[in-house]
Amino acid sequence: MEVTEAVAIDHGLKKEEFSKICELLKRTPNLTELAIFSAMWNEHCSYKSSRKHLKKMHTKGKQVIQGPGENAGVIDIGDDDAIVFKIESHNHPSFIEPYQGAATGVGGIMRDVFTMGARPIANLNSIHFGSPQHKKTRNLLRGVVKGIGGYGNCIGVPTIAGQTTFDESYNGNILVNAMTLGLVNKNKIFYSKAAGLDKPVIYVGSKTGRDGIHGASMASATFDDKIEEKKPTVQVGDPFTEKLLLEACLELMADNSIIAIQDMGAAGLTSSSVEMASKGNLGIELNLSEVPCREEKMSPYEIMLSESQERMLIVLEKGKEEHAKKIFDKWNLDFAIIGKTTNSKKIELIFDNKKVAEIPIDLLAENAPIYDRPWKKTKLPQKLKFDKDEFKSLKLSDCLKKILSNSNISDKKWIWDQYDHTVMGDTIQKPGGDAGVVRVHGTNKAVAASVDSSALYCFSHPLTGGKQIVCESYRNLISVGAKPIAITNCLNFGNPEKEKNMGEFVECVEGITEASKYLDFPVVSGNVSFYNETKDKGIKPTPTIGGVGLISDYQQMLTMDFKTEGNLVYVIGKTDGHLDQSIFARELLNEKKGPPPTVNLFNEKNIGETVLDLSRKNLIVSCHDVSLGGILTALSKMCIKGKKGIKINSLKGLTNKYEYFFGEDQARYIVEIPKASLKKVNDILNKYSVHFDELGTVNGQSIEYKDDINLPIEELADAHKYWLKKYMDS
Amino acid sequence: MRSSVIIFPGSNCDRDMDVALKKFGFKNQMVWHNDQSIPKSDLIVLPGGFSYGDYLRCGSIASKSKIIKSVIDFANSGGLVLGICNGFQILTETGLLNGILQQNKFLNFICSNVYVKVKDKQNKYFKDLKKDLLELHIAHNEGNYFCSDDELKSLEDNSQIAVTYCGVDGTENEKTNPNGAIKNIAGIFNKNKNILGMMPHPERMIDKYLSGEDGSLFFKNILDNFK
Repeated sequence: MEVTEAVAIDHGLKKEEFSKICELLKRTPNLTELAIFSAMWNEHCSYKSSRKHLKKMHTKGKQVIQGPGENAGVIDIGDDDAIVFKIESHNHPSFIEPYQGAATGVGGIMRDVFTMGARPIANLNSIHFGSPQHKKTRNLLRGVVKGIGGYGNCIGVPTIAGQTTFDESYNGNILVNAMTLGLVNKNKIFYSKAAGLDKPVIYVGSKTGRDGIHGASMASATFDDKIEEKKPTVQVGDPFTEKLLLEACLELMADNSIIAIQDMGAAGLTSSSVEMASKGNLGIELNLSEVPCREEKMSPYEIMLSESQERMLIVLEKGKEEHAKKIFDKWNLDFAIIGKTTNSKKIELIFDNKKVAEIPIDLLAENAPIYDRPWKKTKLPQKLKFDKDEFKSLKLSDCLKKILSNSNISDKKWIWDQYDHTVMGDTIQKPGGDAGVVRVHGTNKAVAASVDSSALYCFSHPLTGGKQIVCESYRNLISVGAKPIAITNCLNFGNPEKEKNMGEFVECVEGITEASKYLDFPVVSGNVSFYNETKDKGIKPTPTIGGVGLISDYQQMLTMDFKTEGNLVYVIGKTDGHLDQSIFARELLNEKKGPPPTVNLFNEKNIGETVLDLSRKNLIVSCHDVSLGGILTALSKMCIKGKKGIKINSLKGLTNKYEYFFGEDQARYIVEIPKASLKKVNDILNKYSVHFDELGTVNGQSIEYKDDINLPIEELADAHKYWLKKYMDS
Repeated sequence: MRSSVIIFPGSNCDRDMDVALKKFGFKNQMVWHNDQSIPKSDLIVLPGGFSYGDYLRCGSIASKSKIIKSVIDFANSGGLVLGICNGFQILTETGLLNGILQQNKFLNFICSNVYVKVKDKQNKYFKDLKKDLLELHIAHNEGNYFCSDDELKSLEDNSQIAVTYCGVDGTENEKTNPNGAIKNIAGIFNKNKNILGMMPHPERMIDKYLSGEDGSLFFKNILDNFK
């Protein structure tokens, strides 16, 4: 087949990009070469629209061992222990084929983590679906949950936390973001930078098939009516092979045989080989006839673009081939020496004893296009003036029940019951809390992790929204007694070629950067997913933050369930009653306008540190941050989980009870305080000069507030617990 | 007491079991599926997971593995063999235990705490156990125990039903049955009661910071009965 501009465009390249390729190569590429360019220059692999902005991110910190740019980020948690973690999107494939799309998303992110030498110890996910009324939603949700469970459960890594939301903007583009944490000795971390000449390049894992060809290009384009035709671009996962690959890799990593290792993810053999060579400033020669293939007569083009799962590329020390082969034989995995490192600084491909491609590495990596796309700022919307007389017709208890059964607030047990969250025997906080917590095996330490996003806030005002999610993540970690250390982010946006979408991206990144800098909560890894758009309709901007924190003594972990009758309940942080963009405004007033709540980073930090201090001194026995749905929603969850009620005080100087109870002001936590600790708690709160309200006392089996609310916990639990199950069964 | 945990490719509760056994004082060894023989043991454990990917049927390929002949010989000579979750599935596939484990009634994987009632204490696992109800943990997709009427009758007649799913108050009914298992069966013995297969994972419930600690009672009891 002759390579023309039309063929290049079919491969997802732009006209100008094709001219640039010809100019750089000083000739027209052959088809295999064109495929390699298209794989490396697409948005998914090259970050061409985002790179300029990602550079500004705050990525350094005392505990950061490895920031963005590797397979995953690494942080130091003391005693030579390090945590490797990253979040990644698998949105496009999951919409086309929910089970395999989600499953291979989980498989891919776990490989990113164990590629670095870490044993995965926890999985999380953030999944977003269209309106519950949309005809596809139920099946997509079912398929995605089964896919995530099917893969993670089989590998034997607990899924410890997650987030699920519904919004009509995801009707044509669901989001599936998967996150993995792994544990590694900080002196035994493996990287993807190749080094040394004439070192054997090894292929291990599954055989290469024709699945997933063009997967990365598919993830770099918007959808139209013909998406069903894209099914073959979705990879098929085999968690059993991944489990074997995990054990085999970790076994080989126990000694010093590996120079560099990289998993074959998006754009398969192409991007893994190019990245290793590029990082090592070397060339690489691959003999494609040696690649283990699952199907007959696969062409170099297909071999280079296949996204078959569960494969790794390794640059090995010379002389270690036999030793390595023995290990992979033991685990029944393919092992093939397919090439070597060279000093040509080119990627050279041999097939049937003929050279079939030759491209200088720098053209694929550093010379890949970078775009400074035009973007538009989003103005802060005007604050709404609510007609408070209208509120009076609403009964507080009815409002509360309605909010608790809202699709985005209601209990997601139906989902996480399908994920093995206890395997490995160290899960000490299960899904459903503010953050999941696993112990660092055999130590007193525990690691907390949470995934968060707030698309409504980000849509209304991206800059504020970007800041808010970082703060939300920070609060969720503190709420379980963990000191926040670092974050990973998955930036899900619409079409970057549209000024509005690009602007959302730029300003969300700016918000994330500002907050993470202020809170000393650096970004160590991440991924960008653009083109979440179907027939011109894009998703709401949905950056997802995966936060990781440390509890130095796991016995100090906090949970949100109320513990003991008679204990006092405080809300720490000031409540102004911000209702714009709140669940209350949407659900009960049908009001979708207005700005998100203001983020005050000084307060976030100061109040966060105050709560952490209280927990370190064992002065509080439960804690929950106040977010979506406000104080009353947060209290209800604490009551339901603890099977205990609360008597709420008559609050002095309260301007409006709806604003107070349902406002979504930031930087607030609810804490439960034993009477004996009260004086010490008050002293600390005064020392940090933080605002707090004495909310009430843990009491009885109902939530009570003056004559307004008297709701038995069981009734609350019914409202909260069964929405999703009923929805899925209907 | 010496124990051996068999590792099949795809086992994923092998380490958890090793940790639990050692915590309570078993001298445990790990045995690879391709090994010819098992070191001298008083207890052999087939752990949970997805042996050989659970391809074909759960546990079926493992039931034909190299090591399994030694397990069968050991069991037939009266040795204690414990199969948890996938281990239970393997035991039914080998024929050492009756019946089969089908897909859960609601077709979903279930990870959850459950209560089980101990139905028989005339055996080396539960003899003198201080509790009649245990809070354990399940995590499976194929735990729906089924057998023929004759087999069921024989299980009942010989007191081979080991544990059944129940509520916190001991009620056994459809509501307290997480997976549709016949007669709420969560675990059974062979006739001699030296082989126990059960779906719940005691090894995940061994300290108070986990989902619970009734698993500790289970392991300690085996040790106490051995002395």
